[in-house]
Amino acid sequence: MTEFTFDELKRLMRESAGEAEHADLDGGAPDATFEELGYDSLALLEVSARIQRELGVVLSDEAVTTVESPRELVALVNEQLAART
Amino acid sequence: MTGNPVVTGIGITAPTGLGVEEYWRATLRGVNGIGRITRFDPGQYPSRLFGEIRDFAVREHLPSRLIPQTDRMTQLALVAADRALADAGVDPRDMPEFGMGVVTASASGGFEFAQRELDKLWSKGKEYVSAYQSFAWFYAVNTGQISIRNGMRGPSGVVVTEQAGGLDALGQARRRLRRGTRLVVTGGVDGSLCPWGWVAQLTTGSLSRRDDPDRAYVPFSPGADGFVPGEGGAILVTETAESARERGARCYGEIAGYAATFDPRPGSGREPGLRRAVELALADAGALPEDVDVVFADAAGIAELDRVEAAALTAVFGPGGVPVTAPKTMTGRLYSGGAALDLATALLSLRDQVIPPTINVETVAEEYAIDLVRDEPRPAALRTALVVARGRGGFNAAAVVRAAP
Repeated sequence: MTEFTFDELKRLMRESAGEAEHADLDGGAPDATFEELGYDSLALLEVSARIQRELGVVLSDEAVTTVESPRELVALVNEQLAART
Repeated sequence: MTGNPVVTGIGITAPTGLGVEEYWRATLRGVNGIGRITRFDPGQYPSRLFGEIRDFAVREHLPSRLIPQTDRMTQLALVAADRALADAGVDPRDMPEFGMGVVTASASGGFEFAQRELDKLWSKGKEYVSAYQSFAWFYAVNTGQISIRNGMRGPSGVVVTEQAGGLDALGQARRRLRRGTRLVVTGGVDGSLCPWGWVAQLTTGSLSRRDDPDRAYVPFSPGADGFVPGEGGAILVTETAESARERGARCYGEIAGYAATFDPRPGSGREPGLRRAVELALADAGALPEDVDVVFADAAGIAELDRVEAAALTAVFGPGGVPVTAPKTMTGRLYSGGAALDLATALLSLRDQVIPPTINVETVAEEYAIDLVRDEPRPAALRTALVVARGRGGFNAAAVVRAAP
């Protein structure tokens, strides 16, 4: 089972919800909060839909909108991937 | 200063130019922005002409964060708002967030975005539909996005009165300014150029079916039989006179008068409401008909409606009593963006003391008795301009703008 990485998440975030003017996904992340990075709950739903389509991992809306940072989201996806095997 | 609210910034996205000066130069030259639709094949539809904005590279203007969540008309509105604020010399971060509002007009919403998402729903499944569909199609979305992008949390809203919307938004902005909001971003930007948006527009039966871009939208001519729509519009920064004075802002002009009326029930035989809207706007401005130096006409391009407008204008101003122009013959009718762009154009006319021309109208129907400024710009001493607009469904609006004293 390959692990879901932060680089993978960055790509999905950029493709589905774009990037804010003053936030740097490559810099402060993965520990910056989504709010600091300019992603609101709708953006996270977009990202979650992409994760579902690409990895087949279904995240509940509640789970997705309560994680606060990219690191937490990566961990959440990996938990699900691990549980699947 | 009379204390009337003033316009201190203009942003334009039009088929004939992105940006105030590019648009204004093209307008004075009489450039026609109408052409055959290129964004999809219009061959199977009875109307095929449109005023498209052809060189808008959204990634040059907006952060990628905003692009997946916005329809094209919202992208255009955001860019127009950015430019209007820059033109006004306003950095919203320097102003109290609750002292700034946004009131835009909308006539259709984000059709192109919505068609794409519906297409995904039916062809791929619901998990492919964007979460942003929840608001990207919505009438109020331009107001919301401008408000969020610029941190403007004061009184805001959207006005939906079809093609009269640009003036009604200005009227609502003025109410807010009078009640103490310091600055209101207003205007309208519209456009729903996709097959779904197009068939919705076709149902009105008001679109020209001609194929020659120079002969299709010919308001006030004996051959007028429909209009050509277009996309874009204008965003204006309006402020209280006091706010503008404190900032030392340059003023394009003051919002001197505004009125809106509604037509009587169809078939009632009563006079349409347009003349009354014009008279009420003049009264509101404390202006007499002879004070008006130029009229920016609604110019429906449909004989029956052109007749109503010509009758209203001659009733108020007398036959040939005032120069009338319709620069929207170059862009097509922009729905909620149309009257907003006319307001911007009127303010530029006051600035440069020149009336932009109406194009493509070879002859004005004699019975209309209006002095239509055609083909060439007409230099004139201009202090007061009247802008007239009508929206499908009975909306009439008129606004009077005066050069800043």
